[in-house]
Amino acid sequence: MTGPERVRRSARRPVAVPPRVDVLVLGGGPAGTWAALAAAAEGATVALVDKGWCGTSGAAAAGGNNLWFVPPEGDARERAIDTRTREGGFLTDPGRMAAAMARTWDAVHELAAAGYPFPADQHGPGRYLGSLQGPEYMRLQRRRVRRAGVLVVDQSPATELLHDDDGAVVGAAGVHRQHGNAPWTIGAGAVVVATGGCAFLSGALGCNVDTGDGALMAAEVGAELSGMEFSNQYGTAPAFGAETKGLMYQFATYSRADGTELDIGGMGRPALQRAMVEGPVYARLDRAEPELHQKMRWSQPNFFLPFDKMGIDPFRERFGVRAVLEGTVRGTGGIAVPGEGCATTVPGLFAAGDAASREDITGGITGGGSHNGAWAISSGSWAGAAAARSAVGRRPVGTPRPAGRAGLRPATTARGEAAGVDAAGVVAAGVVAAVQSRVLPLELNRFRTGAGLRESLAVLDPLWEEVVDSLAPADRPGTHSRQAAAMVAHARWMYRAALARPESRAMHVRDDHPGTDPAQARRLRVWGLDEVTVAPASAREAVIAS
Amino acid sequence: MIEVISEARCIDCGICVDVCPTNVFDADEHAHPSIARQSDCQTCFLCEAHCPTDALFVSPLSGPAPEGSPLRDEESLAREGRFGEYRGWIGWGHGRTPGSRNDRNQVFTLRLRALRPPEPAAPGSTTAEKEGPRP
Repeated sequence: MTGPERVRRSARRPVAVPPRVDVLVLGGGPAGTWAALAAAAEGATVALVDKGWCGTSGAAAAGGNNLWFVPPEGDARERAIDTRTREGGFLTDPGRMAAAMARTWDAVHELAAAGYPFPADQHGPGRYLGSLQGPEYMRLQRRRVRRAGVLVVDQSPATELLHDDDGAVVGAAGVHRQHGNAPWTIGAGAVVVATGGCAFLSGALGCNVDTGDGALMAAEVGAELSGMEFSNQYGTAPAFGAETKGLMYQFATYSRADGTELDIGGMGRPALQRAMVEGPVYARLDRAEPELHQKMRWSQPNFFLPFDKMGIDPFRERFGVRAVLEGTVRGTGGIAVPGEGCATTVPGLFAAGDAASREDITGGITGGGSHNGAWAISSGSWAGAAAARSAVGRRPVGTPRPAGRAGLRPATTARGEAAGVDAAGVVAAGVVAAVQSRVLPLELNRFRTGAGLRESLAVLDPLWEEVVDSLAPADRPGTHSRQAAAMVAHARWMYRAALARPESRAMHVRDDHPGTDPAQARRLRVWGLDEVTVAPASAREAVIAS
Repeated sequence: MIEVISEARCIDCGICVDVCPTNVFDADEHAHPSIARQSDCQTCFLCEAHCPTDALFVSPLSGPAPEGSPLRDEESLAREGRFGEYRGWIGWGHGRTPGSRNDRNQVFTLRLRALRPPEPAAPGSTTAEKEGPRP
């Protein structure tokens, strides 16, 4: 079968990467693709490197976005800002919210011009632009990025950033996981981290690619994070799977195993999750009028696909439901981006999409697909353009050094004590299981207490030391040890931040502090790996400015 | 999780190996691609969407299907029309209309917005997510 015109995959070689580009984008989901397009539009040479495949990678590809898509007419945008400011717990930035809505409006019209097959509305065919179906959206984004002259490198996870003598980020390194983990290194005038959030391998739809790799890399070069206490978003999924698409649960009624109906309306997340802590909960979408059924199916085909495959009619039959952690993917914490164009606190490093904190536009409540989708577009566009401008004429000072440590260069090997550490020491799967036991349960993470948080940290802090000491890359394709290290880091950041916020605000619920304290209507920065520190963002900005 | 690569339908194009976001498949020079790392599958159905010959079946279970399950049985799945289902819904493939043309999500987001209770107004007042009555 192998003819000259039909080269079998295994004979292919990895894409040759250039030694240097102006802008290096890590991550090929929506934010990464918008960043690459914006950087290329500025005339920069751009490489986009993805752990998976640009087009299927990222939480949006599997799901889609009901975008935060607000017309410029009248006072619609002012009202949207006002609503979100209150709902988000008074942590948002009205300037960035306005800019995000404006940029999203323009970008969606660019997608329409590029051929996205939008549905009709009352004004005519192709006119309703507020919703993007994931596979279609990301297939188009891949095409657009390649047409713009961006070098796309798939299946090649970044493992670490490179920094120079001035502490500026000057490139990244990683492996080609489908080619025996062959190493790659790309120097860059600026790097955009768009690697997604961290959902702790919970299985939430399309989120297992999001293991927090970018935030770990950023923290290793000294970047700060923000909003990490808002990291406990859970989606509702059928118990047999992990399909966390929430919108259709507005039609649900819920009941106990014995059939007793629960007095919880629609999506009613907190009350539903309280009930789940106490025992199994069942749902049925029996509030949907039959004339809506077909519309529902066309709008969210992969919500219904799992039911069809199981032979369950969700409109008529009861099915078990469970809460699946979506972490910072649909939480709002991430790398702090206080600077112009989503610059981080480290020179040469920009962040976009779910890798960045989304408090600016969604505060402490979930941005779901809508605000997060708009943020991916706008932060990506801003970061790509700003990275391109900052890259002009920038060269590394001294010799670039790789910054990666935990899960990559174990301390014991550095001391020459142990070879083949992975067999003898900690293995990535064990680390992941240990983290998951502290972050997945609703009773530990959704409903927090000071005592529970301290108990989790008493497990996670020594686990981090073990990881730093002995977790080594395993002999399998990919970067599993690195992902495990990123998850431990995230768990510690989020619980330290949660301890430093003794109140309940937005998604952060402290059962030992159920009220909201007006004095705490301010953001928290968290930074560090071996030692994790938390401080109000305002105090931190003052330190950095001085 | 991915359960079946149909021997009969697969044409060895390698697209599933390329596009899988969690690198579940391995290419094989002398055979069809293989499911090399099933435990890494995130059940996103995107390999089904991209497979040009409807040769893949991803079970909706978040773990592997048990031995003897119809979700692992190619013949029974083919009989039930379970191959290529997602690709059909999203309208990919020759002569099909993109499913996104039928997207009516706005109906559901508008309905949800209309159901939403009014929010508190004062800065710093209770903004924690609404708690329903505890069961």
